[in-house]
Amino acid sequence: MKIIVPIKQVPEVAEVKVDQDTGTLIREGVPSILNPFDEIAVEEAIQLRDAHGGEVIVMTMGPPQAKDAIWKALAMGADSAVHLTDPKFAGADTWATAYTLAKQIQKMGEFDLVICGKQAIDGDTAQVGPELAEFLGIPQICYVRKVEISEDGKHISAHRTTDEGYEVIRAKLPVLLTADKGLNEPRLPNIMGIMKAKKKSLEDVDADALGAPENEIGLMGSPTTVRKTYPPESRKGGIKIDAEDPKEAAKQLVEFLTKKGAI
Amino acid sequence: MGLHYDRDTCNGCMLCPKVCNFDAIEKDGDKVKFDLDKCVLCGSCEEVCPVDAIKIERKIIDEAQIAEYHDVWVFCETHEGRLRSIGLELVTKGRELADTLGEKLVAILIGHEIEGLAEKLIHQGADKVLVVDKPILEKFTTDAYTIALTSLIAPRKPAVVLLGATSNGRDFSPRVAARMGLGLTADCTGLEIDENRQLIQTRPAFGGNIIAEILSPYTRPQMATVRPNVFKPSELDTSRTGEIEKVDIEISPVQVRTQVLERVKEGIEGMKSVEEADIVVCSGRGIKDPSNLELPKQLAGLLDAAIGGSRPIVDLGWLPPTQQVGQSGRTICPKLYFALGISGAVQHAAGMSSSEIIVAINKDPDAPIFEISDFGIVGDLFQVIPELIKEIEKVYSER
Repeated sequence: MKIIVPIKQVPEVAEVKVDQDTGTLIREGVPSILNPFDEIAVEEAIQLRDAHGGEVIVMTMGPPQAKDAIWKALAMGADSAVHLTDPKFAGADTWATAYTLAKQIQKMGEFDLVICGKQAIDGDTAQVGPELAEFLGIPQICYVRKVEISEDGKHISAHRTTDEGYEVIRAKLPVLLTADKGLNEPRLPNIMGIMKAKKKSLEDVDADALGAPENEIGLMGSPTTVRKTYPPESRKGGIKIDAEDPKEAAKQLVEFLTKKGAI
Repeated sequence: MGLHYDRDTCNGCMLCPKVCNFDAIEKDGDKVKFDLDKCVLCGSCEEVCPVDAIKIERKIIDEAQIAEYHDVWVFCETHEGRLRSIGLELVTKGRELADTLGEKLVAILIGHEIEGLAEKLIHQGADKVLVVDKPILEKFTTDAYTIALTSLIAPRKPAVVLLGATSNGRDFSPRVAARMGLGLTADCTGLEIDENRQLIQTRPAFGGNIIAEILSPYTRPQMATVRPNVFKPSELDTSRTGEIEKVDIEISPVQVRTQVLERVKEGIEGMKSVEEADIVVCSGRGIKDPSNLELPKQLAGLLDAAIGGSRPIVDLGWLPPTQQVGQSGRTICPKLYFALGISGAVQHAAGMSSSEIIVAINKDPDAPIFEISDFGIVGDLFQVIPELIKEIEKVYSER
């Protein structure tokens, strides 16, 4: 099987703080990581390759420093990587990102699966996967927690998370999947993996090599634009009482909730 | 490409490095320099520059083409023949937007044997309901729903299309956007019309650390998915009248490339989902043992609330994944949220910090959850909750 895994480098969101004076994100000292849902996607691709044969190609669109995310995926066990990198790709929204990824995938010949993380933890849009599937003209199964390939290797059935639980979906390959939590436990790269990663093929592709029209990539290709950003109204702690007397504490809480019309 | 900086015009005021969210501008002598590998062309610097030394090259807006698009559309998702509450929320919000624009509000119903739901949408505020009713649309599939919605949009040219940020809404709306070349903003928590009649789509990003306002200036319709429970439905007005139009759209089985073999419910029988409930009772590690979940369940039953869990207890299998609140689970904004034995890590807060009222009960007086709680009780939840249940029962019996 040929499996393509688009990945993204993201800031460790849990460590991002907001500068209360300027209202901007404080990025200094915040580590960049491989998006956790993409780790799940990489792991699934590796497991499927190990079970059914084939290759795993990871790709990312991003600045030079996004190579760290590629190294991690290669060290986990992906076979090769493509890095779409060019200042012309900057400012891309989900549409332009998916379009750019699709352009590259279309140049790479036939494939069986594309596996994305269900969303990136910085933007949380969950849009690039389905948009990419549309540009590639293939079906999608989103928020996947379990994957099975049929014996003939031509079909897939997957558990897709829904608002009520999950549904079992079957489709003919090629298919794009987006990986949800619970699909697998991503491995940590070991020393061997890290050593081997350095010898694997990593191709840089810029806008010229991609051959995409300039009005379809980066900011110029993006139908959305950011009007402004600001920090959320920060929530402040309110009443805090000690429950030395649990009955009294419960009474005060109920009074508070009744006054607010909450119960 | 993208950003043009005129160093000669720059007066060295140093405002732009302060507003940059991406650490892409630094002081360079008495002026600044840009790191284009970090810049995402968000335009914050351009806006703040007092001397117009920064210019970001953008697409040109085709005013004449945009003027052809009118009306606000809301997709009202159905599930097993009933409306999801997000549909009523969208009609309420859509009504407000349509009134601001002086245009019509059109509700979209896609499914099978759902025509009977149309009247309720008119009572809720829709001027018109477009109904696509076919057996092939009974169960959600990405392909069939994408065909249905794009086929409605293309000839009728709405200015705005809103969908719920549900599993299904977020699954097929990007497909529609990609197919039609449209901008799409995910999981909005605010919607407004600006002075140029554009839809301002407000959404949190970076785990809720920042709020972004997004526009789709160049293409129509402007599409957004909207987080459930943010906009509360207005009262139904059963005297309202409107038009119901059935639309036949050709969808062949070969166009639907996925097959739903089975649907499995994991939620808690007889209880609302965490997204739809007005009150959510959420438990964390402090609950200690799955058998202890009876206590929050009892509280939830009393309040007609949903049961939620933090990541650790869902990972342990004590509650199904549908009930997980937080960044890797569901993002919710109920009227009232109980955090029981939850420390309140950033990842959890990202999923619930926009709740109207937050109540926390935790043994640890330093738990971060207290920093965002409207009412915090430092104490043993196993002592407090039984008392709380008694108190609520008492208040209810007096009503």
